[in-house]
Amino acid sequence: MPLLKVEKLTKSFGGLTAVSNVNMSIEKGELVGLIGPNGAGKTTVFNLLTGVYVPSSGNILFEKGTVEEEKKIIELGGLKPYNVTKQGLARTFQNIRLFKDLTVLDNVRIAMHQNVHYGMFTSFFRFNKFYQEEKQMLSEAEKLLDIFHLKDKKDELAKNLPYGEQRHLEIARALATRPSLLLLDEPAAGMNPKETAALTELIKWIRKEFDLTILLIEHDMSLVMKICERIYVLDYGMLIASGKPEEIRSNKRVIEAYLGEENSNA
Amino acid sequence: MDQFIQQMVNGISLGSIYALIALGYTMVYGIIKLINFAHGDVYMIGAYIGFAATTYAQLGFFPALIISMASCAVLGMVIERVAYKPLRASTRIAVLITAIGMSLLLEYVMMFFVGAEVRSYPKLLSSETFHLGNVVINMQQIYIVATAIALMILLQFIVHKTKTGKAMRAVSIDQDAAQLMGIKVDNTISFTFAVGSAFAGAAGVLVGIYYNSIDPLMGIMPGLKAFIAAVFGGIGNIPGAMIGGVTIGIMETLVSGYGNSMYRDAVVFAFLIIILILKPSGLLGKNIREKV
Amino acid sequence: MKALSKRNLMILGGLLLFYAAVQVLIITGILNPFYEITLATICINIILAVSLNLVTGFTGQFSLGHAGFMSIGAYVGAIINMQMNSMTGFLAGIFAGALAAAVVGILIGIPTLRLKGDYLAIATLGMAEIIRVVFLNLEITNGAAGLNGIPRFTNWTWLFLFTAAAVILINNFIRSSQGRACISIREDEIAAESMGINTTKYKVMAFAVGAFFAGIAGALYSSYFYFLKPGLFGFLKSIDILVIVVLGGMGSVTGSVIAAVLLALITTFLQAFTEIRMILYAALLVIIMIFRPKGIMGTKEITDMFRFRFGNKEERLQ
Repeated sequence: MPLLKVEKLTKSFGGLTAVSNVNMSIEKGELVGLIGPNGAGKTTVFNLLTGVYVPSSGNILFEKGTVEEEKKIIELGGLKPYNVTKQGLARTFQNIRLFKDLTVLDNVRIAMHQNVHYGMFTSFFRFNKFYQEEKQMLSEAEKLLDIFHLKDKKDELAKNLPYGEQRHLEIARALATRPSLLLLDEPAAGMNPKETAALTELIKWIRKEFDLTILLIEHDMSLVMKICERIYVLDYGMLIASGKPEEIRSNKRVIEAYLGEENSNA
Repeated sequence: MDQFIQQMVNGISLGSIYALIALGYTMVYGIIKLINFAHGDVYMIGAYIGFAATTYAQLGFFPALIISMASCAVLGMVIERVAYKPLRASTRIAVLITAIGMSLLLEYVMMFFVGAEVRSYPKLLSSETFHLGNVVINMQQIYIVATAIALMILLQFIVHKTKTGKAMRAVSIDQDAAQLMGIKVDNTISFTFAVGSAFAGAAGVLVGIYYNSIDPLMGIMPGLKAFIAAVFGGIGNIPGAMIGGVTIGIMETLVSGYGNSMYRDAVVFAFLIIILILKPSGLLGKNIREKV
Repeated sequence: MKALSKRNLMILGGLLLFYAAVQVLIITGILNPFYEITLATICINIILAVSLNLVTGFTGQFSLGHAGFMSIGAYVGAIINMQMNSMTGFLAGIFAGALAAAVVGILIGIPTLRLKGDYLAIATLGMAEIIRVVFLNLEITNGAAGLNGIPRFTNWTWLFLFTAAAVILINNFIRSSQGRACISIREDEIAAESMGINTTKYKVMAFAVGAFFAGIAGALYSSYFYFLKPGLFGFLKSIDILVIVVLGGMGSVTGSVIAAVLLALITTFLQAFTEIRMILYAALLVIIMIFRPKGIMGTKEITDMFRFRFGNKEERLQ
């Protein structure tokens, strides 16, 4: 059973069908790409997977749990976003949605909230448990920030970070929810080739380090071709091709879909 | 049955007044997404101007109406320039608070200058009444409904058949695009406030004539109810505001007539909450999604 | 046990000193009854402002109905107080009033907190109006005539205790994971949801906590001013509280405290000129929003100013 199985996923807004009959299957540990021209519906798929939109029809089946006996299959369609995150999916946003006026540290700690054990009363009366867990959270958050070279800036307001670091913080924040499946929406947007190369290494590294499965939307083909093991191609809301990077690169329909765009070759 | 028709007649009169006020709310919300809390107080000031015109200047109904409308148009534009324009880039809460502050300011300034006591309008219209069976319709009600209808037709004409009206519609859809198309956004907004406030002023005069008494705090409740009417009809939608106004007026009269008039206000508020929960875009409005 | 850290002990000491000082002033009669009333108003307003700030300033939910919760606390507290006419009755009244307000807060919150911005504001205003009309028509609240002769148990000691408790507890809540969850809702609701925060739950939580403390304030009010009627807790009262929160800074507990004191003093000294005071109030609101929407403290707290002395907040936790 794959980690994520999407069957005939469809989303219509009134008369407009944004996503139509999409099928995807992602095995645990894979690094899969989702590409397509602008407006193809890629972010809509992400929004459907993460509960921001409710599917018009179709299934999103997610295998939750790490221990063999405890594994459960959950239907994600229709769940509210916070619930989807609780099951083990996390995402970043195409247009950065950091908590701009909060510190880097708080951005990460907020994402850790769903795993916090102490409750409202403990917060009011500051029992021991509060201090213990806060200390734990702080060190976990700092460790995470360290990976992204943001530990020194932990008390900076998120809005004051340079663009590249904001994108890194988005990823760090998503990782703080302890996901098993990470959805990255154009993580390299706006980055120069040097930064993109660094990001490519970082993504490979976190996949190993955090035992992640990753689904990635990207326009930058150098990134996609380099790290994706498999690629799904969307156009006008429909899946037009899927397969290994070499296959996709030479796929006629894919090239046609991108006709006029510069990125058909890495 | 007669009682019912009588209530309907009363309700339509009251509703016409709410509709006139609601139009101002809906136009302003449509164009700059602001609930102009001060709108109800412009209505109040309109009533006082009408009072001054008729009591001190001994003018008749129509002159008083025109003067009140014109003055309120100016007042509305001034308020917009002074209090709302500086905050065009601020958060919604900030503008809302400013609108509340403006509303209070108008109320307390009026109280300071004219005192809190109730004033009475002089007799302006004939006390003729018409009888349709057992149902009584008095001249004032006819004037109210007729004036309201005339003004609403005028508004429809302005909005759909004039260049300024087109500009208003454009700015309410996309302010930046309208500006890029050469529309003077600031002037369009001022014009919207002017028209909305003029209508509120008209409503003020009509209320003065109908209910006879005016006081500085008279704008609060009708203002809120007119807002509820605008929401019911679909905020930003002009025909919606007209329908909403009449509906609320009828609802209120029926509750007073058949039920307990003490609960009158509560029922209207409960109605609002139900709309907001069931269909926040109102009768004729449309749902706007935030793009993620 | 970190709660008994050096810093917290110093704060406790300071509070006790302050309490004792004022108590002495009252007992010796230096602080005459007129100023006592001002003090009571200040304390009650602090509780109201800090609790509203939690909802509007920290969680970003614009509530114009806070006075409604105050009225629930006031009436429930007064009725129990009048029935039992004892210290126990007084305290039970406060607790019951607060609880009632919180329950109503949850009931109101669940359907309405899905609304945003202006719509939420009007809905909360509507709710408070409905509460007022209900109290106007119930027998047990004596309708428009109101309740008279409520036993007076509220004194400086109780005011101080409850005010200090409110400020400390709400502050503790804000600087906790739940508090951060609430703040994230204010910052970006969609991002917060995507990071695992059940936004509805925390909006309702903040709303209910705010209502709870407003209820306490209401009960304290009823047992101090002996007399209640529905008109006291209308839209204008909600605006009064909002002005304090906005002036102090939406998102600053310290700001609410400072603003509550400031505005109570202004009210007291302009006592003779009620109309001018109201005009000034309204003008103040407009002027603050145009020129300094952040208010006095913005989102800073008094501890931020002492940061260089006490070291970084996080280091202090260790």
